[in-house]
Amino acid sequence: MAEAKMNTEQTALIKIEGLYKLFGNNPKKFMPLVHAGKSKDEILAETGHTLGLKDINLTINKGEIFVIMGLSGSGKSTLIRHFNRLIDPTEGVIEVEGTDVMKLPQKELEQFRRHKMSMVFQRFGLLPHKSVIDNVAYGLAIQGVSKSESGAKAKEWLKAVGLAGYEDQYPAQLSGGQQQRVGLARALCTDAEILLMDEAFSALDPLIRSEMQDQLIELQEQLHKTIIFITHDLDEALRIGDRIAILKDGEMVQQGEPEDILLHPADDYVEAFVRDVNRARALTVETVMKDPICRITASTIEDALKQMRGFKEDYGYYVNDEGYQGVVTEKKLQAAYDKDRQAALTAEHCEALDAISQDAVLETVIPDTLNSEYSLPVVDDEGEMTGQLSRSTLAEVLGNEEPRSR
Amino acid sequence: MADSGWLSEIPQLSRGELRDIRKFLDTGYREFSREYGEMIEGFFDPLLSFLVWFEKLLLATPWWLIIAIVAGLAYLSSRSWKLSLGVVISFFLIGYFGMWDDTMRTMSIILVCTLMAIALGVPIGIAMARSDRVQSVVTPLLDIMQTMPAFVYLIPVVMLLGIGKIPGVLAVVIYAIPPVIRLTNLGIRLVDKDVLEAATAYGASSVQRLMGVQLPLAMPTIMAGINQTIMMALSMVVIASMIGVKGLGQPVLKSITNQYFTLGLLNGLAIVALAIIFDRVSQAYAKRSQRYLEGMDNG
Repeated sequence: MAEAKMNTEQTALIKIEGLYKLFGNNPKKFMPLVHAGKSKDEILAETGHTLGLKDINLTINKGEIFVIMGLSGSGKSTLIRHFNRLIDPTEGVIEVEGTDVMKLPQKELEQFRRHKMSMVFQRFGLLPHKSVIDNVAYGLAIQGVSKSESGAKAKEWLKAVGLAGYEDQYPAQLSGGQQQRVGLARALCTDAEILLMDEAFSALDPLIRSEMQDQLIELQEQLHKTIIFITHDLDEALRIGDRIAILKDGEMVQQGEPEDILLHPADDYVEAFVRDVNRARALTVETVMKDPICRITASTIEDALKQMRGFKEDYGYYVNDEGYQGVVTEKKLQAAYDKDRQAALTAEHCEALDAISQDAVLETVIPDTLNSEYSLPVVDDEGEMTGQLSRSTLAEVLGNEEPRSR
Repeated sequence: MADSGWLSEIPQLSRGELRDIRKFLDTGYREFSREYGEMIEGFFDPLLSFLVWFEKLLLATPWWLIIAIVAGLAYLSSRSWKLSLGVVISFFLIGYFGMWDDTMRTMSIILVCTLMAIALGVPIGIAMARSDRVQSVVTPLLDIMQTMPAFVYLIPVVMLLGIGKIPGVLAVVIYAIPPVIRLTNLGIRLVDKDVLEAATAYGASSVQRLMGVQLPLAMPTIMAGINQTIMMALSMVVIASMIGVKGLGQPVLKSITNQYFTLGLLNGLAIVALAIIFDRVSQAYAKRSQRYLEGMDNG
């Protein structure tokens, strides 16, 4: 996606290098076993220690939504708790904006947690004895902000997540979806740059979940936070993630943009994930379209015909300085050629054929693609032709078979 | 044969050895109390003068004012007219049957003991909740305090401090403090880990976590402990009266030794009335301060 490409040029905000976590009584002692490459099960059998994370390396850029996904037990919740040191790693470096979080003393760590990061939890983690407004203002209250100021801010955020009027309720009086909105408002209320979301929507029913996803994407468009999002649901990951990292048994299996993961799964584990995904909904036209070979750029009929003879197809897309104009068939060109071979090629020689946007989700272009006898031209925001999408490409991508490797 | 005697009979210290040990400990303690008794008594002097002052205050206050105050407190904490009316009637009856002064004395000492138990017990409970090591040390001590017959620890206390209010207060506090310690510890340990983690994630310091999350969420449990402590303190009134604590316990003691059935019954009922009032009022207060728990079920 264009957005994602922009992000790669941006500065790295969080860097994790060589992160290991071994759970148990004396993890340091058994680290050599881990480095020797023993598996999680072997280590557990030999030492009684559980390998939580193994050699995690990550770079998260400013302003992106970075999704960490994996099944339960894959270490994703352990990993997210390392960002704000709710869990201390056994080995490794965690850097946020150049600060080594591991070296922060307790007081500074508290300041770091107050101002740099806020967190949304799977089971909400709301304070049951405080009203909704006090829950939202909690982060500010911890910082020592005055009650009137934090209350006003909390009210604003409560409104932003659509819960105005619920200020004086207690969390137990709200539904799950509403409680998580409170959790989200609480996280946003501190203005922290980084948002950690630990399976934030997993406990919600599907309808509410997709509602919350939309809301998150909407908020992100205005706020440009750096969001680290944990999920076990690939559909969710693909929907909101700019980049995705996949964990398995504490190891990073694959890291990349959603399309990469979907089209080039690194191993069987990822492939098994990917198989169940609704690709028509997850992929955009841009990611599957073919290069625009059948492009006719000539200015005269004669040149155009020559150009078209070079193609496999008996039609082409007429493109001039103003971008894509329409489709020209060989038959029509031949007729024009017979009349006046030197005449200028104009839009009049074209048949109208609506182009599709490269940002469109595949699902939305399926009918048009199937109904058209030609491959559909794909254009970008400026109307420039960037590719073409044929029925066969669509069938190949949406079919159950892995498209490239087989 | 003599060699295998230990099989049929448990090996035992000889009488002489046992006597020596007893003598050693007894004289040692006697010397200790002679040496430091006065100093320790001096240490408790402020408490004693407070006790005396508080008792005098309750005795000097007109009866109708006491009833009004207690009924008012009952109403404030429970918002229930029924409870307040019950308080008025029972206090009036207590006075009518001639037990007013003793009841005031008992009330003063119970209030002081309860406050002391809370002031000491809650911090100890917090320390236990924060450290497994403290817990493993304090738990057996609590077991001893709860099961050791009160008379056993009354002996050294009386030896040290003589007969009177202070040893009585100590005995009552020792007996009554375990529930508030145990339940404070339990309440804090049972606080939802997710909520605590959320507080940590937002940068709460350990004091902020304790005051803002752990104590408020443990409060229902702690209140149950305080309630138990009050009940146990009241049940110690009779034993405390044996070492010279005045109050409702003394007439009970007198009626046991002289077989005055009615006297015993009336004073016993007065203790029960006090217990019920304390219990209902503290429970109603606890419930009202946990309003957020309402609607927990339909969430």
